[in-house]
Amino acid sequence: MTNAWIAATIIAVIAGVVGFFVVLRGSAFPAHALPNSAFAGAAGANLLGINALIGLAAFAGAAAVSIATLGRRGRHDVATALALVLGLALGALFVSRSQEYENQLYSLLFGEVLGVSTTELLPVALLALASIAAIMFLFRPLLYSTVIPDIAEARGVSSHRIELAFLLVLAAATALTVPVVGALLIFSLMIGPPAAARSFTSRVALAIPLSVIIALITVWAAIAISYQTNWPIGFFVGTISALAYALGRGWAAWRVWDDRRAASFKG
Amino acid sequence: MHWLFEPGFFSSQPVHTAFVIGTVAAIASGVVGVFTVLRGQSFAGHALTDVSTAGGSASFLLGISPLLGFVGFGLVGAGTIDAIGTQRVKGRDLATGIVLGAATGVAALLLYYDTIDSATTGATQTILFGSIFEIDPSTIPIVIAFCVIAIGIIAFLYRPLLLASTSNELAAARGIPVRLISLGFMAALAVAVGLSSLAIGAILSTTLLIGPAATALRLTNRTGLALITAAAIGVLVTWLGVLLAYDSYYWGSSQIAYPVSFFIVILTILAYLASGLPVLRNLTTRREQRRVL
Repeated sequence: MTNAWIAATIIAVIAGVVGFFVVLRGSAFPAHALPNSAFAGAAGANLLGINALIGLAAFAGAAAVSIATLGRRGRHDVATALALVLGLALGALFVSRSQEYENQLYSLLFGEVLGVSTTELLPVALLALASIAAIMFLFRPLLYSTVIPDIAEARGVSSHRIELAFLLVLAAATALTVPVVGALLIFSLMIGPPAAARSFTSRVALAIPLSVIIALITVWAAIAISYQTNWPIGFFVGTISALAYALGRGWAAWRVWDDRRAASFKG
Repeated sequence: MHWLFEPGFFSSQPVHTAFVIGTVAAIASGVVGVFTVLRGQSFAGHALTDVSTAGGSASFLLGISPLLGFVGFGLVGAGTIDAIGTQRVKGRDLATGIVLGAATGVAALLLYYDTIDSATTGATQTILFGSIFEIDPSTIPIVIAFCVIAIGIIAFLYRPLLLASTSNELAAARGIPVRLISLGFMAALAVAVGLSSLAIGAILSTTLLIGPAATALRLTNRTGLALITAAAIGVLVTWLGVLLAYDSYYWGSSQIAYPVSFFIVILTILAYLASGLPVLRNLTTRREQRRVL
């Protein structure tokens, strides 16, 4: 149980930080595609009998590179969709070749946070540190290239390189989270909490910590309720994330309404 | 012909059904897919498969018709995406993401119950990856009906939709109700995606929606031609995929067939990559050059 809390906490921090840029850049589709490709890697590693983390990292990395390179020439969302279905099809192939079908498939897609062992925690923590460090290192060019791409380009920040670097960080963050929360749920965690944080504040220095806090509350609550009810953790992560976003949108709408009312009183 | 068609290919009932359903799904996906790619809504197209999947798992659990679950959830998801998304691409992306995240959460719960319920063993696999060889032939008429509905919506909206898809501002300036058009398109997308995820699974649904359409749009600039090309490519890769999957049962000694989805995805991606080759792109110009020489 302690391991589950530690793993979930690490993942929430990553999802909060990396997810902030996912939301800001409008990269929700790649953020969905990479974990699904990573799922194929885990299934392949399982089939070959090698460490799952190698398969996860290799497939997520390959998907990131192919999205970045294919997306340069053609349409970005088309490249992402094709990388996604290729990953899923390979996953289906690998899983069909192995013996244990249903339960393994379910846990790879939806995660098994309660079954995390102590030996699994160390690589997760190391990869987490590496991803956060990469985001810190890229922080200013990444922010520039996201918010004002033209000016960033003029000042020598190549948006293609930034895109590739960001997708690789996303791939690393994905590879470490898939075995714990599953391919489908890391995505909810990367979208809901950061999007909610963005509706509460437009200041980057505030929004990133807020996004981490909301992500932490989401996973902690999800684990606690899932432990009590015996329902899958993914259900709670997904619904609480969406709820956080709905609250954020409600808050933003109320602020606009309040401003208008104040203005009409003055006027 | 034995090297190409393994024994029993033409007399097998599941193969007949797979051909009919696959063809219908490929045509509907190809036609709707051209507009999906033009509008840059591949993500919504994919998200709706997962939303429909949640509906599919609900229907497995409740024992109602899967079609109702797939298409019903799809329509609700499409409406929500359209309602919370703005016209800006980034906002639409986020709206899709939120709906997708919530839907996968619900799917996690429903599939969990499907998995522990021994009566529906194999539900996760069937719903996610689809089993084109295990379709009940009695669903064919309903699938065809939904295909006609999806194509009918596109045909009805054709001209305003085309203008709104290429330039939303221009369409709005000319008095076209762009929000309504967008909602109508999302409904067609939900129906097409719902029917194809039911018939061939979530993976193939996205593959046939995006792959053939993107390939066709790289080959021609004319929308009418692109619609026909996309449907034709979709049908072709589906037929080849079904054939290869059937034959693969006899490959090697393992006697386990490879998944159909694997072949169809590989063929689709090969077609897309081939359409980007300079040789194919310059086909028309080359011919003209040769005539000059």
